[in-house]
Amino acid sequence: MANTINNIPTISELAAEGKHPEVLFWVGCAGSFDERAKKITKAFVQLLINAKVSFAVLGPEESCTGDPAKRAGNEFLFQMQAMTNIEVLNGYEVKKIVTTCPHCFNTLKNEYPGLGGNYEVVHHTQFLKQLLEEGKLTVAGGSFKGKRITFHDPCYLGRANNEYEAPRTVLEKLESELIEMKSCKEKGLCCGAGGAQMFKDAEPGTTEINIARTEQALETKPDIIAAGCPFCNTMMTDGVKNKEQEGRIAVMDIAELLQQAQDI
Amino acid sequence: MTAYIPNIAFAALFIVLVGLFVRNIKRIIRNIRLGTAVNRSDHPKKRWMHMARIALGQSKMVSKPISGALHVIVYVGFIVINIELLEIVVDGFLGTHRVFAPFLGSFYDVLIFTFEIFALLVLISVFFFWTRRNVIRIKRFWKPEMKGWPKWDADIILYAEVVLMTLFLTMNAADFWLQMIAQDPHYVQAGSFPISQWIAPLFDGMSASQVVYVERTTWWLHITGILLFLNYLYYSKHLHIILAFPNTYFAKLTPQGSLPNMETVTSEVKLMMDPSADPYAAPSTEPSTFGAQDVTDLNWVQLMNAYSCTECGRCTDECPANQTGKILSPRKIMMDTRDRLTEVGEFFNRGEEPNNNVLLGNYISKEELWACTTCNACVEACPIAIDPLSIIMDMRRYLVMEQSAAPTELNTMMSNVENNGAPWPFNQQDRITWREELKS
Repeated sequence: MANTINNIPTISELAAEGKHPEVLFWVGCAGSFDERAKKITKAFVQLLINAKVSFAVLGPEESCTGDPAKRAGNEFLFQMQAMTNIEVLNGYEVKKIVTTCPHCFNTLKNEYPGLGGNYEVVHHTQFLKQLLEEGKLTVAGGSFKGKRITFHDPCYLGRANNEYEAPRTVLEKLESELIEMKSCKEKGLCCGAGGAQMFKDAEPGTTEINIARTEQALETKPDIIAAGCPFCNTMMTDGVKNKEQEGRIAVMDIAELLQQAQDI
Repeated sequence: MTAYIPNIAFAALFIVLVGLFVRNIKRIIRNIRLGTAVNRSDHPKKRWMHMARIALGQSKMVSKPISGALHVIVYVGFIVINIELLEIVVDGFLGTHRVFAPFLGSFYDVLIFTFEIFALLVLISVFFFWTRRNVIRIKRFWKPEMKGWPKWDADIILYAEVVLMTLFLTMNAADFWLQMIAQDPHYVQAGSFPISQWIAPLFDGMSASQVVYVERTTWWLHITGILLFLNYLYYSKHLHIILAFPNTYFAKLTPQGSLPNMETVTSEVKLMMDPSADPYAAPSTEPSTFGAQDVTDLNWVQLMNAYSCTECGRCTDECPANQTGKILSPRKIMMDTRDRLTEVGEFFNRGEEPNNNVLLGNYISKEELWACTTCNACVEACPIAIDPLSIIMDMRRYLVMEQSAAPTELNTMMSNVENNGAPWPFNQQDRITWREELKS
């Protein structure tokens, strides 16, 4: 039975019925708790439902991947988180994971295998690109036609894992006008949140990184700043507010853009 | 017997200066071996390709087109002109003159022609390099870590190249002039001199013996200069001309985002998480430091990285923290690592134990380390695959796991992860509240 908006199972609920999802949606901490990021979660889930993907979430059994602890230098805490998560994932015989967070994506994909967690891990922009290419999702067209969109590369999707094209392919399907910032792809400027910076104040400097990045984005005179990471989303949203442009420019996740293009 | 004095002098000069160079290289290898073990012998084919593409092929250099193109000229010029060096050395030992000429015939003319063209191109490129540094004053060459010796070092290298190329061309000019007057059978007709033939007229009016004197002097100065420059490498950022190759070969091949899991931690965590484990059953592992406080805690590839760095500053240029005025500079991390390693090495050279300085504290500050966003821009930017981020991470590990010296907010984040499974103080049971909110 396909998932519906009223029926989004956790993996344990499925297991109780003796079923396995094809793919596990790893929601991540931001996607679970942050009010803004929860909207991305909901948009992505809506897309999964539209595409009739058999998926489940871990729900209360999901825990931080350990990425911020690892990047802060606490390898102990990281590995405890990782091993606990791997035990859960292996217990449910998870084969494929999709996640809306590039940090979770990077950690699950690159750092879990060495600790016994071997899964096919994809970022949601890669997954959405595939669904579009397979015709499981179609864009009604219109709503973003001609809109100026600039894409902010998340470091942990781009440089960290060499994925620059999937999010752009999705944006092109929206028939929007994709405008690159002066630093993009391999040279994309960080939003300032990575490496556990999200959870602390920045060191003294002349400006904040998210402001510098927002300025680069604003140079493209965008209608929309597209992001592929809940943390980038927060940083860019704050940057746009700082520049008092929030009435004019929206910061939106690729999933949100695609979901809105579906609704029309 | 006196006829052999030049040969003997050359042999002595060559043996002493090459000997010193070998001693210095051995010291560098010894210092690099102070690093901890890391296995980079996997995927040899991939590694050769990586080296061929990035070091040999300069693929990352050209991402900045102007400095990239200039660098490619100097790099190719360096390699090409080194073929001539081989002949000079053979001539020096045997007392011959242009010993390769009879064997190579007209191809010899092609070679000399090429060397001369490259010598001029190198001179032009070096002029532009110097202008970029000293007239245009490109920002990355004037960052705080470039004050003093690093600034001198960069300029000295450029001046040395000008001197060597000028000597080379003057030597050829004198040779060409002597070939033209055809008085001395020693100066056989050999070579093609597209550049130095324009210098040769300066000798008109001089006697043949005076021009021979010029030719001999520049010949000796040129080869002595090259051998001295070889020895200068040890004291300079210029070691990259050698180390760029092993550096790219032994680079990390896994995705840039992957940060290796610490095996020492894995065994402890496994023990901690397995209630049935007998802590005494496991063989006691050697007491090791978690993370890095000093150069000896870093692995040998990281130490080789430090010696390979030529302080171009592309990493620092791309660093978001540096761009926004923080004191972190990935280039400084590499320079500090090298300087501390050199300091330790100097003690060993004298047969003494190193002093009590440490890299983290005496050279690198916590403020620098905590400013990093781990965005990998520095790693991506490096034209020879140096990984400053790995050193930053190892030092953060030391701060957190050995000293519990994380910033307060990060301690809060980590205790949240530990207690609630999220960096914020939310209940794990509430991870799925969005599902209720979504229901229509």
